[in-house]
Order: sequence, then C-alpha cells, then structure tokens
Amino acid sequence: MRRETVQGWLLILPALLLLVAFTHWPAATTLLDSFYATPKGSRPPRFVGLENYLDLLDDPVFWIALRNNAIYALWTIPASVILALVMALAVNTAIPGRALARMAYFTPTMLPMIAVANIWLFFFTPDYGLFDHVIGVFGGGRHNWLGDRDTALPAMIVVAVWKEAGFFMIFYLAALQAMPPDLKECAALEGSSRWNFFRRVTLPLLMPTTLFVLVNAVINAFRLVDHVVVMTHGGPDNATNLLLYYIYQAGFRFWDTALAATLTVVLLFLLGMLAWFQFGVLGKRVHYR
Amino acid sequence: MIRRRTLLAASAASLAAPAVVRAQAMKLSFYYPIAVGGPIPAIFDGYCKEFQAKTGVEVAPVYAGNYGETLTKAVTAIKGGNGPHLAVLLAAEMHSLQDLDILASLPDVGLDAEGEKWMAGFYPAFLANSRADGKLWSVPFQRSTSVMYYNKSAFAEAGLDPEKFPRTWAELQAAAVKLTRKDAAGRVTRWGVKMAADTGNAQWTFGGLANQVMHQLMNEAGTETYFNHPKAIEALAFWRGLASAGAAPEGVSNWGQLSPDFLEGNAAIIQHTTGNLTNLKTNAKFPFGIAGLPGKDGPRTVVGGGNIYFFKNANAAERKAALAFARFLAEPERAANWSMRTGYIATRPEAYETKVLKDYIAGFPAADVARGFLPVAVGELSTFENQKVYAALTNNVQACLNGAKTPAQAMADTQAEADRILKPYKKA
Repeated sequence: MRRETVQGWLLILPALLLLVAFTHWPAATTLLDSFYATPKGSRPPRFVGLENYLDLLDDPVFWIALRNNAIYALWTIPASVILALVMALAVNTAIPGRALARMAYFTPTMLPMIAVANIWLFFFTPDYGLFDHVIGVFGGGRHNWLGDRDTALPAMIVVAVWKEAGFFMIFYLAALQAMPPDLKECAALEGSSRWNFFRRVTLPLLMPTTLFVLVNAVINAFRLVDHVVVMTHGGPDNATNLLLYYIYQAGFRFWDTALAATLTVVLLFLLGMLAWFQFGVLGKRVHYR
Repeated sequence: MIRRRTLLAASAASLAAPAVVRAQAMKLSFYYPIAVGGPIPAIFDGYCKEFQAKTGVEVAPVYAGNYGETLTKAVTAIKGGNGPHLAVLLAAEMHSLQDLDILASLPDVGLDAEGEKWMAGFYPAFLANSRADGKLWSVPFQRSTSVMYYNKSAFAEAGLDPEKFPRTWAELQAAAVKLTRKDAAGRVTRWGVKMAADTGNAQWTFGGLANQVMHQLMNEAGTETYFNHPKAIEALAFWRGLASAGAAPEGVSNWGQLSPDFLEGNAAIIQHTTGNLTNLKTNAKFPFGIAGLPGKDGPRTVVGGGNIYFFKNANAAERKAALAFARFLAEPERAANWSMRTGYIATRPEAYETKVLKDYIAGFPAADVARGFLPVAVGELSTFENQKVYAALTNNVQACLNGAKTPAQAMADTQAEADRILKPYKKA
C-alpha cells in the first residue's frame, strides 16, 4: 500500500470509528432486530422474517403517523425556508434597529424546544390563552387548539416554523453578506428591476445555501418532535402522532422493540430516499461558485 | 479449653466480620418519581437518612422524573444490568412489569407469615392493584384517589348549596349546567366541570366513571378487558354528554391545565388527585371544597398513585433490606408525616390514629375527605401491555369527545384493539 493511502486512512480513522460506532453499527443492528419478534421476559427473541413489516402495513396508527408526518413536512419545510429568506432579506437592508430585528428573529432558535413548547402551551390555552384572548377582542369564540383533532396538527406546524425560521435565516443572511456588492451596482447600471435582480442573480447565488437549508429542514421535519411530547403526546386520537414520536412510544412506552426497530428502518429508508433525491437530483442543478 | 474457646470466638468473629462489613457497605438504589409539586426530594432525603441511622443501610434515591419517565429509566437500567433494587412505580403497571420478568414478588423478597399480616393492614383499595397469580407484588406507598375540587363562591353565585356537593350523575350535570356562565356575547367565561382526557390521564378519569356505574373494566389476571359492555358505553356517554349539555368544553381537556383553569375561575369543578390539595390550598383566592366523585346512583371513585416494587436483580440480603425500608416508610408516625407534607393519603388506618395527624385534620378537615371515599374506591385499569391498552382507550375516548365517534363505536373499537393486544396472554 502506498504511504499516502495509509496516512489518508489514518486521518479519517477517528471520524470513521465514531461514525461506525454511533451511526452505522446501530443502524445495522436495528435492521437485524426488525426481523425478530419482541423478546418477552426471559424468552429469547424469535426470528420472524418479514412479519413485522407485514404487521406494520396493518397498523392503522403507522399510516396515521405517516400521513401526519407528510402533512407536517409539506407545510413546515416550505413555510420555514421562505419565511427565513424573507426575514434575511429584510434584515440585510439598512433599516432602523437592524441589530434588534436580527436578534428578535434569532431568539426562537436559541431557546430550547421544551421551553418553547411550554410558552406556546400558554398561547394555545382555550378561553384565556393569548390567541383566544386576541380573538375574543374581535368577538371570536373559544378554540380548543390542542384538544381538537382539526387544529392540533396545524398548531404543531406553527410552533415548528416559528422555531426553525430564525435558524435558517442566519444561513441566508451569511450568504447575502458574502455576495459581492458590485453585482448589484452592475445590475443597476444595466437598468434591471429589483425583482429581476432577485430572480436572476440573488436567488441562483443562494442556491447552495438553499440546498443546505432544505436538507436541514427535511431532517427536522422528521426529527423535531419535542413539542409533541410536551404539548399533546401525539393526541388527540393520534392527530399529532409523528413517526419519530411513534417510535418513542413503541420503544419506551410499550417496550415493543420489534415495532420500534421496524419503524426505525422505515424512517431510515425514507430519509435515505429523500437525501438521495436532494443530493442526486437537486444537487446537480445547484450552481457552486 | 481456653485455647479452644478463644479459637472458636476468633473464628466466629472472622466469620461474622465480613457480614458486618457487608451490611454497613450495603447501598440500595431506589428510583423515585416526583408526581406532584412541593419539596418532595427534601422530605424523602430526610427519611433515607433516618433509615440509615437506624439500620446502617444506605438508600440512595434517584429522582427520575414523572411516573412514565421513571418506569422508562428503571426498565432501561435493569435491561442494561445496572438497575435499581427497588422503585416506586404506578400501581397499575404490575402486570406489565411481571411480563418483563424483572419483578421479585413479596414472598420472593422474604415476606413471612408475620409480614403477610402486616400487609393485611393496608387499606384494601390500595392493595387492589398488588395481587396476581395468588401472590402480592408491591407495597402501597404514595397513594391517592380521584376527587373533585369545587369553587364554593361559584356555587353560591349559581344558587347552589356550597356545602352540598352533587352525589349522583344527574345532580352533577344539573349543577354543572347552572355553574356554566356566559358573557353578553355568548362566550363561556366559566365552565361547569372539566375532566382530563389527555394521554396519560384519560384512562384514570374513565376508570372512575366506569366504577360509577359499578362496572369493572378488566379481570384480575389482567388478560381480559370489558369495554364493549353497555355499562362502559353508558359511562363514556355520560362524559360526552357533559359537553353536549354545554356544561363542559368540547374536545380534550389537559390534566396540566385543570389546576390553572380552576384557580383562574375558568372551571367551577375539576376532577383531580388528592395529591393536588396542598397546591390549591396555597394558591386559591376563593373558598373551595373537596368532595368524592359522584356516581350514577351514589359516590364511587378510583385509586391512583404508586407502589414500591422490588426487583430480581437484588440479592437476598438486599431484598430483605429493601423490604425493611418499605416497612419503615409505612410506620404510622412517618406515614402521617408524609401525608401532611404532601397531601397523599396515608396507606394504613393506624396513621390516622396518631396525634399529629388527628390535630392536623382537626385544623384542616379537607385533608380527610378523600379517605372517607376509600370504601367505594376500586383499583386502576391494569392489564398486560398496560400502556398499549391505555393508548387504545385514550385514542378512542378522545375521538368520542371530539365527536368523531359515538360512545358505542369508541368502546367497540377499544375492545377490538385491546383483544388484539392481549391475544398472546389469553390462556386456552
């Protein structure tokens, strides 16, 4: 073996070891576990092949969680990314109190999700919570935001967007700051409109950032369930049950390790497909400088 | 002769020495959930110190969150080979814990004939969730019942007698309708009654309602449930009917929200635990009463709270010490102290014979209301795969309260789901 090769391997060894120990090895054992029934007491686990997966197809809660998660992703991803871009554009221009506005937008990101959820729990309180109070001033009625099947999931989406947008804004803001000002001067000389400049210059130059933000947003759409734990426990009647929360329920509430492992494999597969789509398809269309 | 005796004494001493050393070094790990407000860890640390001073055994409490979190942590730690020797967990988890094969039954812990007699000294309702396979599996400790707190000012304002709380469903519903108040715009400013239906609490509320029509939801072995029964449907229909009558809000009310609602004057009656008494006593700005739950024909309620469980991974000496600790906690003076400082019901009648508790109750009679309802209390819903059955029930109750399912449909679906979950446990 060439010396450089050995050196190369040695250099990536620490990172590789950690990745294998904490990512690849658990993923592989999870895949194995998903072929076994849940061990009960002293009885050893029994090999059942694909039975867990077939059971999953018959599990109504799985389909509800999948559907909820799809709705959750389809709303939170575009909403938080677009909101982040708008906020970044707003605080990138010279407005009075710019530092304050930037800080205000970024505050939700710094708060722990558990704290955020508890604050929003008050906002959503029926009758005398913030929202019902404001709506009441305009003569509106009572809303049981978290206790009603129709409004519980939208409420979760609003909290997630509020929490995430500030974080993504930081990346957009950094990208906007790194953009050379001569481009803008050039466009002004050419007589290009502001909208045209944004569409033809700013947006394409922001594409690498957008891809990065999108990848994060997709991961978060499946990962961010802390507020579900605090606010609804997946209820009412599974209206806010998301895949990761269902995995937690199966693994640590029901002690059904087979179900939890099978769900995890499904989630891994989903995320893998999404990553492949993002890097393989979208990534090719991104222009890097 | 002397030499021989010296030799004997010496060998006896050397044999005994390790035992003494072991006893002194013994340390029991004890997982403990904090389920109500207040300085519980400080109180509990005090008990552990007393026990150590008395026996030399150190009990190290691990405050592990709420009941659910403590269960998760205890089971995870035991599976990892580094589990607690004893823990306070929900009394209703008995069958599930047995199924995990981690529990040591009380006979296995070393409960002798004298101990059996001691166990018989607990309130029977608190032992309802301790028996399976003809054995006892846990010692009652921090126990409560479901009670109703009501706003006496609201009662007076609505023209009801503040000293006479409803005793039947019909009376409760009529009172709750009267207590519901609307402003000029038709918005409700005060609800008659609120009961928790969120995950983790719906099954407790419903357990009380089922007992109120004298219906038992499961068999003692925890392998069968009886949701699809006219009486169970009747119980759910009553719950749903409170919202239809305009006396309770539509949809699901959260357990955590009930106390603030009550203190804000947004709810005139709430169904909660006795463990909440001290909190409400401290924070209510109006006179309030505490009453047993009404029933279809007369008051009936359900017990709640945690028992002390012992685990297989403890050795014989550790098990013995753990049992001694459980008995130490149940001594009358200590049980009385515990009850006064937390609001939990003392688990044995003799605690109420102590002077301190008698004096306390004389000054604060509300503290003794719940105990009067123990004779009409039953155990909690408890089956194998307890959490799965709870989830099935909770989802359907929530669907019913949301108006998405009729009570009959919700109960039929719950039963079908429970049958599927419990199928492996049915003995042929």
